[in-house]
Amino acid sequence: MSANPQHTPYHPRWYRAPMPIFWWVRRWIHARFILRELTSIFVAGYALVYLLQLRALGMGPEAYGRFLELLQSPLSISLHGISLVFVMYHSITWFNLAPRALSLRLGGRRVPDKVIAGLNFAAWAGMSAALLWVTLTG
Amino acid sequence: MMKRTIEPFWWSLFGAGGTLAALFIPITLFINGLAIPLGWLAAPDYENVLQMARHPLARTYLFLLISLSFYHWAHRFRFTLYDGLQLKHLNLLIAVICYGGATVGTVAAAYTLINL
Repeated sequence: MSANPQHTPYHPRWYRAPMPIFWWVRRWIHARFILRELTSIFVAGYALVYLLQLRALGMGPEAYGRFLELLQSPLSISLHGISLVFVMYHSITWFNLAPRALSLRLGGRRVPDKVIAGLNFAAWAGMSAALLWVTLTG
Repeated sequence: MMKRTIEPFWWSLFGAGGTLAALFIPITLFINGLAIPLGWLAAPDYENVLQMARHPLARTYLFLLISLSFYHWAHRFRFTLYDGLQLKHLNLLIAVICYGGATVGTVAAAYTLINL
């Protein structure tokens, strides 16, 4: 992501080589960057599906039952399977970058990046287990 | 100069949403979108789910998770369009569509959760 998104239509002071639209497909590291950015579509997409499920929940048992049936369709299962890969890619890349966003100091020493990332992954596992437990016992 | 002062605000929503989504979206998607529909887990009783979702803490959590996930998308997708597709000249239009879309989603989430 660029720091300053401000666009100015004219650049009289320097020459900018024209970039092809799909500049990022030629190198894997660039494609991986775009894939990481595209995970946001699946994050928001699932947030919307979840919101629709809550809406159906509020509309009564029949509406909720119909929604659960919809979730059982092969199309829904496939889309959720693909989405799971992308949202997990989001989590992994997010936690791996956490040490760069958060610099912790303990006793005058910088906490190693691996420790910070490790704590994030542990929190992920813990929260996932907690939600699974709530579902199983609720 | 307005744009410069508002960027950190959008970034903070992006960051908060990215963290909440990273922690909670994969397991929520797995449980509701795969495990229960495929019969790996028994679907919890309707009344129980409703009672649980109506708890003030649950409503707050659900609102933050959904709304901030939308703003996370808005910020990230905006820059993907700028950088990935070289659409820098559509700056304002893209920002309005992305943050506007997230705001519409936030209002819908608030409405749904208040009336649950």
